Amino acid sequence: MKRRHLSKKEVEHIAWLAHIELSKEEKELFIEQFNDILDYFKKIDKVDTEEVQPTYHVLDLMNVYREDKASPSLPIEEALKNAPKKEKKFLKAPRIV
Amino acid sequence: MGSAIQNRILIGLEIHTQLTSLKTKLFCSCSSDYRGKDPNMLVCPVCFGIPGALPVLNKKAVEFAVMAAIALNCKISKRMFFFRKNYYYPDMPKNFQISQYDRAGGVPLAVDGFLHIDVKRKRKKIRISRVHLEEDPGRLVHLGPIDQSPYTLVDYNRAGIALLEVVTDPDLNSPKEARIFLQKLRSILEHLEIFDGGLEGAMRCDANISIAGGTRVEVKNISSFKEVERALSFEIMRQKDLVEKGLAVERETRHWDETRRITLTLRTKEEEHDYRYFPELDLVPIVITNDFIEGVKDQMPELPEARIQRFITTYNIPQYNAEVLVSDKALADFFERCVKLYNKPKEIGNWMMSDLLRYLYENNLELPESKITPEHLVEMIRLIDDGVISGKIGKKVLPEIILTGRLPMQIIEEEGLVKVTSRETLEKIVDRVFAENPKAVEDALTDEKTVHFLVGQLMKETKGKADPQLANQIIRERLEIIKAKGRP
Ligand SMILES: [Zn+2]
Repeated sequence: MKRRHLSKKEVEHIAWLAHIELSKEEKELFIEQFNDILDYFKKIDKVDTEEVQPTYHVLDLMNVYREDKASPSLPIEEALKNAPKKEKKFLKAPRIV
Repeated sequence: MGSAIQNRILIGLEIHTQLTSLKTKLFCSCSSDYRGKDPNMLVCPVCFGIPGALPVLNKKAVEFAVMAAIALNCKISKRMFFFRKNYYYPDMPKNFQISQYDRAGGVPLAVDGFLHIDVKRKRKKIRISRVHLEEDPGRLVHLGPIDQSPYTLVDYNRAGIALLEVVTDPDLNSPKEARIFLQKLRSILEHLEIFDGGLEGAMRCDANISIAGGTRVEVKNISSFKEVERALSFEIMRQKDLVEKGLAVERETRHWDETRRITLTLRTKEEEHDYRYFPELDLVPIVITNDFIEGVKDQMPELPEARIQRFITTYNIPQYNAEVLVSDKALADFFERCVKLYNKPKEIGNWMMSDLLRYLYENNLELPESKITPEHLVEMIRLIDDGVISGKIGKKVLPEIILTGRLPMQIIEEEGLVKVTSRETLEKIVDRVFAENPKAVEDALTDEKTVHFLVGQLMKETKGKADPQLANQIIRERLEIIKAKGRP
């Protein structure tokens, strides 16, 4: 049997952070999948990286800038098109606290 | 435990300042001029994080941030990255904020800076642990207090505006020091011309506060530097009260409610601070070369410390006055514009330091919110110097100038405040005063104090408009005549 890196509790917590509700079966499935992925990463852990600088970006690019010049934004109908709830020109969200 | 230790207060600030001189947001070309606009009209696919939309960094924002970091004596990173800070909260449409991170290999724009503040004439060093760039979240509108609002309205015009985050070490020991620090920071950023603190919500802060016998509490939502002293004082009082009762101060995040002037607990699970930061791969690394830094340095305007010195040497005004004027860029600019119009720095400084500032302070106004201009103040001082009005009348009309923006001469003419310099008019009034105060006149022949009383009565009769020198002279002449007559 494979060693477990991630517990059920941790999977539940990650689901909570992502605002996703999981059924009992899905939880089992995700525990399995998460741990498979982590096992895979274990292989990378074995590589000696002592002398290697960390890579933050795979593209060999840097300093991509934009000038500080304004251009038109979206029309309001377009901007609010995907909002599930609206009130006048605002989006409407549930209370926070 | 000694009381000095018992009262030990440690405050660290996390300040968020919009780079208000930018014309666009941090990562997209939406206009940053969101104030007074209809909700959700300054948004685009980048603001919303729609798949396929790519953020591109505003170069000017990096220049401004580097400029601030230099002024705050920081070490600027040679290479920096952006990270995603993940959280579900309606203020960010993407469900993450592009920010910078100082762990997991992340490098903020600058670290290890400091600012000196003057507290009771003593210099105090406040360490700055980091300075970085991030996006401002959107604006949430609650119906009534945050904990009672049935739902939340969201406006994303502000989402993505460039914010400079400045984090201090817990080196501040009172709410007043926190305010002084923020004022100084504001003045520096305004002198750099990257920020206008007069704009609503442009400078906000969160604070970490602990007192001896307690634990660290975070207070969020302090919306201006005017509010910081009030919010911190409330929180310290709340914590002291708990400690005195032998109760535990809980480690938590609280929310400052500006209307009710209290801090409220925000017991949401979001407090677990599980932001799952990871590098923002839609943005490439930024390399800040020495040439770039030198280029920014060349563009840097005069900083407050240099300006204070210049005020002392050029205008010959006291150090304290120079410090107060420069503590607010608008005041210092006003002063210099006045001096250009009328080369009397000492008088201008005195009027500003005493009457003008007192009036603004008492009415909780900032100079740009008032109607007075340098032209107004200079005209008023000229009228006094030319003998048209007395200094006393000057003090009287100043509040009206500040409030209405009317010209000093206009106010003076309309309200009949011109100085009475006519000998004939004053003699008539002296006659009346003498007739009404026979006892005082008698006493005044031998008692200097009563002479002052008579002058006072005359000033009262003329509502302060009499030329004081001439009034004095006429009264003394009259008394001499009576004295001469009285002798056999
Ligand atoms: Zn945008």
